[in-house]
Amino acid sequence: MSDRPLILAGLTLFVGLVTTPIWHGALDRKTALTAPPIKLPAQEKQCVAPTSYMRSSHMRLLEDWRNEAVRDGQRQFVAFNGKTYDKNPTRTCVTACHTDRKEFCGRCHDYAGVSDPDCWNCHNDSHQASRSAP
Amino acid sequence: MKITRKDFLRLSGLGLLALAGKKAVRAVGERSFASSSPPKKRVRWGMAIDLQKCRQKDGCDRCIKACHSTHNVPQFADRAHEIKWIWKEPFKNVFPAAQTGYTREFFGELPVLLLCNHCDDPPCQDVCPVDATWKRDNGVVTIDFHRCIGCRYCMAACPYGARSFNWQDPRAAIAMVNPDFPTRTRGVVEKCNFCEERLARGQGPACAESCEEKAIVSGDLEKPDSEVRQVLRSRFAVQRKPELGTGPSVYYIV
Repeated sequence: MSDRPLILAGLTLFVGLVTTPIWHGALDRKTALTAPPIKLPAQEKQCVAPTSYMRSSHMRLLEDWRNEAVRDGQRQFVAFNGKTYDKNPTRTCVTACHTDRKEFCGRCHDYAGVSDPDCWNCHNDSHQASRSAP
Repeated sequence: MKITRKDFLRLSGLGLLALAGKKAVRAVGERSFASSSPPKKRVRWGMAIDLQKCRQKDGCDRCIKACHSTHNVPQFADRAHEIKWIWKEPFKNVFPAAQTGYTREFFGELPVLLLCNHCDDPPCQDVCPVDATWKRDNGVVTIDFHRCIGCRYCMAACPYGARSFNWQDPRAAIAMVNPDFPTRTRGVVEKCNFCEERLARGQGPACAESCEEKAIVSGDLEKPDSEVRQVLRSRFAVQRKPELGTGPSVYYIV
């Protein structure tokens, strides 16, 4: 009976530690349940696929583009609305629309805890494109 | 019902006949189907380099510069890190067997333009453990940089030394990035891609286009009336190490 305070204190500590992710998330202002504000393209209103699809499956689309363009030499993408795009992450995605990829890709990836994709180690983003523009 | 031995033999014989008949019909059907579709036309991009025209202008490196700026080829001062797409080597090293003591006097030190030979039977493709390098339908040997794991087997397999490895991030060593072609990353192998991205747009290789002397002629080696075939028909041309059986697509008019 005399161990009761000790046991209770230990239990409290244990529960506190186990629930760390929950209360840490609630206390931390940085993680909110609402989607982070992302910078949308200024001129273009329509992406190569509907927003809902892009939100859930852009990685699959980009991977398909990559495989089709590199392996099969199919470089044109016919979008759902009949428009044709180049399967080119630099020209189609990043210099024409999402000029600041840190503010578009980066914010969501940060929020979702997804590491920065390594596409841009090789593919030029708008920064490189504008740097070398005459 | 009782079956006699005679009936049994008769029935099984008929069954075998029917089976053979079905197979024969199918085989004939397949053959007629196969012959009705036209045979796929082969395309094989190749090149003829006229060495005499190439050395008309002393120290000319227009083609090398054109290639490097088109494909974001980094320039490292350290030769151990050198990335080669198109480069020059003295004749005596390129064609060691194709000379006598006397020809060496004149030819030995003359520069020869080198690039990936885009072999008909590329040994680099055979050794790649991840299928990152392969021969396209148009005969161009390409690398999928996404898939390359940097094992460098292909570099060991290539008898022409046409492949280079990125020991460090190449971006720092590129003076001016061409946004239309990806740079590479540390840990992948790269080489000449026969301007495969330009061919897709209907353009010719950048080196051939940049040459004012028209020393480089490119075209489809499978097409009898292509420009490269006409050149190869009228002039004597050699390949690098043809005895290896790799079938190089780059020919040198000596």
